[in-house]
Amino acid sequence: MPLQTPPLRDVHADRGAKFTEFGGWDMPVEFDSIQTEHAAVREDVGIFDVSHMGQLSVTGPDATELMQRLTTNDVTQLAVGDSQYAAITNENGAIIDDTVVYRLPDAGSDEPDVAGEKSYLFVPNAGTDEATHERWISYRNEWDLEATVDNQTDEFAMFAVQGPDAPDLLERVSDDPVSDLSRFQARYATVDDSRCWVARTGYTGEDGFELLVPWSDAERIWELFECQPCGLGARDTLRIEAGLLLAGQDFDLESNPRTPYEAGIGFTVDLDTEFVGRDALAEIQREGVDERLVGFQLIDRGIPRHGYDITNTDGRVVGAVSSGTMSPSLEKAIGLGYVPSEYAEPGTTLHVVVRGQSKKARVETIPFIDTV
Amino acid sequence: MSFDIPDDRQYLESHEWAHEEDGTVRIGISDFAQDELGDVVFVELPDEGDELAQGEEFGVIESIKAVSDLYAPVGGEVTAVNEDLFNAPELVNDDPFGDGWMLEIDADDTSELDDLLSADEYEEQIA
Repeated sequence: MPLQTPPLRDVHADRGAKFTEFGGWDMPVEFDSIQTEHAAVREDVGIFDVSHMGQLSVTGPDATELMQRLTTNDVTQLAVGDSQYAAITNENGAIIDDTVVYRLPDAGSDEPDVAGEKSYLFVPNAGTDEATHERWISYRNEWDLEATVDNQTDEFAMFAVQGPDAPDLLERVSDDPVSDLSRFQARYATVDDSRCWVARTGYTGEDGFELLVPWSDAERIWELFECQPCGLGARDTLRIEAGLLLAGQDFDLESNPRTPYEAGIGFTVDLDTEFVGRDALAEIQREGVDERLVGFQLIDRGIPRHGYDITNTDGRVVGAVSSGTMSPSLEKAIGLGYVPSEYAEPGTTLHVVVRGQSKKARVETIPFIDTV
Repeated sequence: MSFDIPDDRQYLESHEWAHEEDGTVRIGISDFAQDELGDVVFVELPDEGDELAQGEEFGVIESIKAVSDLYAPVGGEVTAVNEDLFNAPELVNDDPFGDGWMLEIDADDTSELDDLLSADEYEEQIA
């Protein structure tokens, strides 16, 4: 299958980016160096092209009910312009995907027959937009709900502008105010004659914004942001330090099925709502989880990588590394992995098997760094 | 992008370089290789006194995003290890042909160097 290309593929190539395949997309992994890009986001501001992320819109009289029944969080809590992090789970409560759900302004105030209908936009992970779209359509039909579900992944570029200086930069670039938005709030703003959805969200642990930009305006708007371009490499080191999950790695329905409770995102689950997976999760919450995602730091020299075994002090394999890296901010080797709950207490000694050698590790609290 | 490829040494297809002087062969990785890897954050090397055969895996280099094995361009005894790399692995990025060197080997047979690529041949390979 040919790789999908973001609208700015050539612009990034001209800027000297290296590329990698991710979720079926040919994405920039590195522009200058991961450490340079990482530091820009932690200390100043950097911009990521994350156009590989999916965008699905849901509108109609039953839009709220459809969203409520297919995501774990309570969408009725969302006022216009609010957003929330949520999981999409199967009947067993295992995470299929994680997503941010935005409530858009109500549909068509100038179209009397649809005025007042609630409207949502949510962002599934790279490469999952088509399957997610099918899931929404299929459940909508099964439940006989009235809602329009559009896959708009090819209509929007998505940029993440992240770092302590992001609010100032956004204010300079946007014609409308945006720095008054609180965390997880969003609104339409005009940026150089283009109508963009600007949200105070991100995946780095820093303050910042994510912008949905009409695909055709992507290049013009990208170039307004005169700051460090950053690739998926820095995105990964930043999100690991912030203890944020990567779909397909820290949970994967096929190879590593996990519930939100195991994955440490139980806060996205509202058991007072009805959704697919709710009953299974209620039971798991009552009984407690056997395994949990922990953060750890290697004490011995070495770098933990996805798939490496985690052993206890007796040398018995008790888990596996789901994500790991050399942390540019901490200058320590850190990772995430699932272990039996008895090993989840911060300070617990574990070992990670790096190329056949047992390296001492210590369970740490996540996030590893101070986050917004 | 163009890369340094000094012509006073030979290269392996796997991007190590070898520089011989009086039977002692100094080993590192090329400018192209360090650029491909990105920020080098970890290097694992053999001990002085270890014996290596030509083509043998002698260590590992890790950048933030990748892990890569290192191969010996010639066989012989390891006579020196660049221990500076343990605390400052970024030397491999900053100066791959100089301060970022990795090993010195007392070559068993310097004619093994004839098996390696010249600078021109290596340049062709990475083009």
